Amino acid sequence: MSGATNREAVFPTRQSLGLMKSKLKGAQTGHDLLKRKNVSEVIYHYPVVQILSSHATTEITRRIDEAKRKMGRVMQIAAFSLAEVTYAVGGDIGYQVQESAKSARFRVRTKQENVSGVFLPAFESYTTDGNNDFGLTGLGKGGQQVQRCRETYARAVETLVELASLQTAFVILDEVIKVVNRRVNAIEHVIIPRTENTIKYINSELDELDREEFFRLKKVQNKKQRDTAAQDAEMRLKLAAAEKAEAASGATSSDKENEAGTGDILGESEDADVIF
Amino acid sequence: MAAPASAYKDRQFLAVIGDEDSVTGLLLAGIGHVTPPPDSQKNFLVVDSKTENAAIEEAFNRFTTERKDIGILLINQHIAERIRHRVDTYTAAFPALLEIPSKDHPYDPERDSVLRRVRRLFGE
Repeated sequence: MSGATNREAVFPTRQSLGLMKSKLKGAQTGHDLLKRKNVSEVIYHYPVVQILSSHATTEITRRIDEAKRKMGRVMQIAAFSLAEVTYAVGGDIGYQVQESAKSARFRVRTKQENVSGVFLPAFESYTTDGNNDFGLTGLGKGGQQVQRCRETYARAVETLVELASLQTAFVILDEVIKVVNRRVNAIEHVIIPRTENTIKYINSELDELDREEFFRLKKVQNKKQRDTAAQDAEMRLKLAAAEKAEAASGATSSDKENEAGTGDILGESEDADVIF
Repeated sequence: MAAPASAYKDRQFLAVIGDEDSVTGLLLAGIGHVTPPPDSQKNFLVVDSKTENAAIEEAFNRFTTERKDIGILLINQHIAERIRHRVDTYTAAFPALLEIPSKDHPYDPERDSVLRRVRRLFGE
């Protein structure tokens, strides 16, 4: 039987029954909590994740789709402004730009936020002041376009950083959801049945003990009854023997006394009946 | 589930693998960074039709696993397509991998590795 194999190794006592019961309760509470955390708990605390996901699955994909499409548009605009630069400068500035890039002006800070036990990362963009690698780019002509292009691209990169936050949060959330699902399944399919089996086992063992105890008591009672019956019989025999002996010695005197006594009692009782 | 602080604390740069226009534009925005000599490493790679896939893959590995100072890796989608197996199997949270469109190749959400993961997660 599965109950014999799929249960915990405990002694069937009332104490462990209590322990198992509280354990089962804990497992059920945990299961419910995790199941809720799984879909909503994590999600409603955090704006990024709110965007990322909700109960409606299509909503999530739609939001990410939307963000990515927005990125597409932003990048298109940025690419167009770069084309403007190329036109204004009158040549390709790619090589010059690549060569003059030395130190990043545009950087990101990475931080993690604890959202009900889940650490979700977020990127935050910032620009370091004071270094400008492209001071000479577009010096001859097209400086204005270069400046505009830089601004456009800076905005585009900001969008990209936002999207990266969103995406990273999703990747981590994905991982968390997997772990939570595994836990929920383990509780649902392993821990709870196991504990229930153990409780069943302990109950049956305790019942068995009760029956044994009852049977034992019955046996004891039977034995006692037998013993008293035997004693009674012995007493009766003894009494009978004694009476015989008495009867043999002084039967007449005792008989007279007895008759007088009974006569008195009867007389009294008759009086009493008359009065009341 | 918390990643240790060391996994993300020093990540302050963006890296980019892209065609010339994308890289130029992003560099103009100021993301370009070259580590000081002797091993001056750039955080960008310009890919054209002559660049071999092995070179792209190598840069991808360098940006994702070797360097610990990169927070976000931007890669043009048509280039990601060339090393799709690497991009699809990349699951780490840091650095974040972001597929971006390029001038000549409009963005196609169907091929984005993250979007596909989203869809898979929600069973579509």
